[in-house]
Amino acid sequence: MATAEPIGVLTGAHFVDGDHACSEGAIAAGCRFVAGYPITPSTEVVERVAERFPFVGGVFVQMEDEIASSIAIQGAVWAGKKAMTVTSGPGFSLMMEHIGLAAMTEAPCVFVDVQRAGPSTGLPTMPAQGDMMQARWGSHGDYGIIALSPNSPQECFDLTIKAFNLSEQYRVPVLFMMDECVGHMIERVVIPAAEDIDIVERRTFTGPKEEYRPFQPDADLVPKMVKAGEGYHLHVTGLTHDEKGYPNMTVGTQARLVRRLVDKIRVNADAIVDYREEGVEDADVVVVTYGISSRTAIPAIEQARKEGLKIGHLRLVVVWPFPEKRIRELASRVKAFVVPELNFGQIALEVERCAGGEARVECVPHAGGTVHNPRDIYQSIRNCAKGS
Amino acid sequence: MATEEQLFALDEGVPANPVEELLRMDRIPHIWCPGCGIGTTVNCFVRALQTSGTDLTKVAVVSGIGCTGRVAGYINLDSFHTTHGRAIPFATGLKLANPELKVIVYSGDGDLTAIGGNHFIHAARRNMDLTVILVNNMIYGMTGGQVAPTTPLTATASTMPHGNYEQTFNLPFLAESCGAVYVARWTAYHVRHLTKSIKEAMAKKGFSFIEILAPCPTLYSRRNKLGDGLEQMVYFKDYSEIRHGADTKSVALDFQGKIVVGKFVDKERPTYQQAMYDHFAKKLGDRYVPSEEMRKVFHGPDGN
Amino acid sequence: MARTEIKIGGFGGQGVILSGYIIGRAASIYDTKFATMIQAFGPEARGSATSAELIVSDEQVTYPYLTGPNLMILMSQEAYTKFSPELVQGSTIITEEELVNPTNLRKDLKHFSIAATRFAEELGKKMVLNIVMMGFATAVTDVVKPDAMREAVKASVPKGTEALNLSAFEKGYQYGLELKKKVKGSLVEA
Repeated sequence: MATAEPIGVLTGAHFVDGDHACSEGAIAAGCRFVAGYPITPSTEVVERVAERFPFVGGVFVQMEDEIASSIAIQGAVWAGKKAMTVTSGPGFSLMMEHIGLAAMTEAPCVFVDVQRAGPSTGLPTMPAQGDMMQARWGSHGDYGIIALSPNSPQECFDLTIKAFNLSEQYRVPVLFMMDECVGHMIERVVIPAAEDIDIVERRTFTGPKEEYRPFQPDADLVPKMVKAGEGYHLHVTGLTHDEKGYPNMTVGTQARLVRRLVDKIRVNADAIVDYREEGVEDADVVVVTYGISSRTAIPAIEQARKEGLKIGHLRLVVVWPFPEKRIRELASRVKAFVVPELNFGQIALEVERCAGGEARVECVPHAGGTVHNPRDIYQSIRNCAKGS
Repeated sequence: MATEEQLFALDEGVPANPVEELLRMDRIPHIWCPGCGIGTTVNCFVRALQTSGTDLTKVAVVSGIGCTGRVAGYINLDSFHTTHGRAIPFATGLKLANPELKVIVYSGDGDLTAIGGNHFIHAARRNMDLTVILVNNMIYGMTGGQVAPTTPLTATASTMPHGNYEQTFNLPFLAESCGAVYVARWTAYHVRHLTKSIKEAMAKKGFSFIEILAPCPTLYSRRNKLGDGLEQMVYFKDYSEIRHGADTKSVALDFQGKIVVGKFVDKERPTYQQAMYDHFAKKLGDRYVPSEEMRKVFHGPDGN
Repeated sequence: MARTEIKIGGFGGQGVILSGYIIGRAASIYDTKFATMIQAFGPEARGSATSAELIVSDEQVTYPYLTGPNLMILMSQEAYTKFSPELVQGSTIITEEELVNPTNLRKDLKHFSIAATRFAEELGKKMVLNIVMMGFATAVTDVVKPDAMREAVKASVPKGTEALNLSAFEKGYQYGLELKKKVKGSLVEA
């Protein structure tokens, strides 16, 4: 596996916020093109990029809107760059069509969404986790994506690198679902030496032009890429296309293409899912969390354990694809799942689906604007553990 | 152009059309209607490419959505068929990431100036180094003849069944006001002028813009009782007046009125990327690390 | 104390945010503790009473917001009025002597004050009053080791102002040490 280019890597311990850590993660991952549009609470990410890029061979452009940003990065991808755009709720909504384009054309790129409370303009400076289903299903049609959710500035660094690596490995848009709390939270962030940062490079085709089929997949369902300017006379379209990349609007081609776009995540899900478990082995109740809610749940879990309750914690690092198998396994032997999230039940629905009625699923909803009061999570854990 | 030998060789099979090498012949026949002007513009474009001396491996064509949006799909070069209205920002990313590429945006009037209008004005303002070829058929063709920002006053469209009362864009004026360094207008009738103009535009550094009026016999002409494609070409021929250097304020179009064509603007101003490179080189000196591609294209702090 | 919840208050331009940043950086980078700082955004960050909130802990910080601040460093009357009621029982409150009149000071609080503005003026730069406050706070509490604070000050202030800021820190720190000697038993057990 390749390692990071030293020029971009600020090895050492830093006291920075999640937004800045995300920029550093992108730079370490080899991202050299960022297009963005200012929107609270994500703006610090692009500000840092604008400051740093001239020193690391990157190009940053502030586009006229989020729609432009979300497709400018795809132009850059086809010119061979690793690219990212950054936004928050309203801008994320505007980008939806281009998440679909990236999925359809298999353009590896990263969309960062520093979630704020919505709907609409909502609470620009305050956190929420209301875009989780939008991340999964926001663009029209059917397709697969990957989404990650960091819970600290350190993870904003580490997981941004992972986001880029996954996007290259599976040629999908990867959605990096931060939230205002994590984005503006300042903590210690340790950036390792460049040679200790693993990087997935683009899978490229180097054979003769006549043999190149831009959308013919390898065994893992992912095709190899070329870039513009190499003489391959590549054609890329958002229309349903065949393996040559040519529009082919037939039911058969649609079935083959879309099935593969969905399957390349579904079939590879075991390799992609990433969750952290603690105390689930003998748990009666498992708290399923992601992002900032994974931290607010901890005092609640500790309090419940002090009372002798058997509580496990499963934190989703990769939220999409969802660890269906694991939740199913747990559902067969736990009493209940408690899902605190800063929305009125999005990932809770997914847990409920996987639990299939075998275990109770209790969402701890929150409209956002701040994080959960651990007391509310504790209360729900207690109710579930005691069966009330 | 076919040589005489090729013409006389007809008996022995159909000679290759000289533009074939730059078309994706495995995708022909194309989708355009008989009498449509888009194919004619593509012919001019390909001939311009063939005679421009440009390294064709470094040319990329980017289209949006619509009838003209299909052009990218027929050009046998790196070609990108993007989303509706967003060819320019896609092209911007492509160009900024690799300034060695010659990036051509080829799309329609609705795509580039209605849904994509915001991108159009900002790319012109930034002097993004793109050549924008806009085929103006004065209507939305692909979706069935709806009104466009370019539909002349009083003309009918499916969403203006009683005639258009919306003010029309004067596109050369819009492009110039926003900062385009090259602005021209031709019609599908003016094939030689157009071919030459495309070559000039491609040679130009910065945002170059060519508006090409083209017939849409199926929707615009028929609905407005203007006859077929040929009759519309006759109109273009009879009503066009070549006025190079005309004040773009004075070149607005009206329904079946006079068409001022020609090269209206041809000036110099630093491109976005040149300005970026020079600025960082001056401001940051040796600490500036441009991308490899940028270093190749803009070597030296003054780009010489 | 495993978890110190710190709130720094003042008005815009006093370097309130930078002060919080320095403590957090000192604790988590130059000392061996954990620190989480939350930035207040919105109109209040640009208006009069501005604040920085952070948690310094011996353990990883889970819940990131303050639940009950037990250390406040206040540099304006408005901040005192607005924020000090939030302090939990037995907390430490540190104020700028000339800018804060600690009216109705609660009996349960340990109070320390310093004329930081005057010290800063003596150094020729009123702007460093927040760093004087930091030095003072370091001396009268045990939240972060003094050397860690010095490192953090050096690393966090604008280039070229390190010496000035370090002497501002020492002014506050020395004054705090002397005060501590005088006031027996006022030391916060951190």
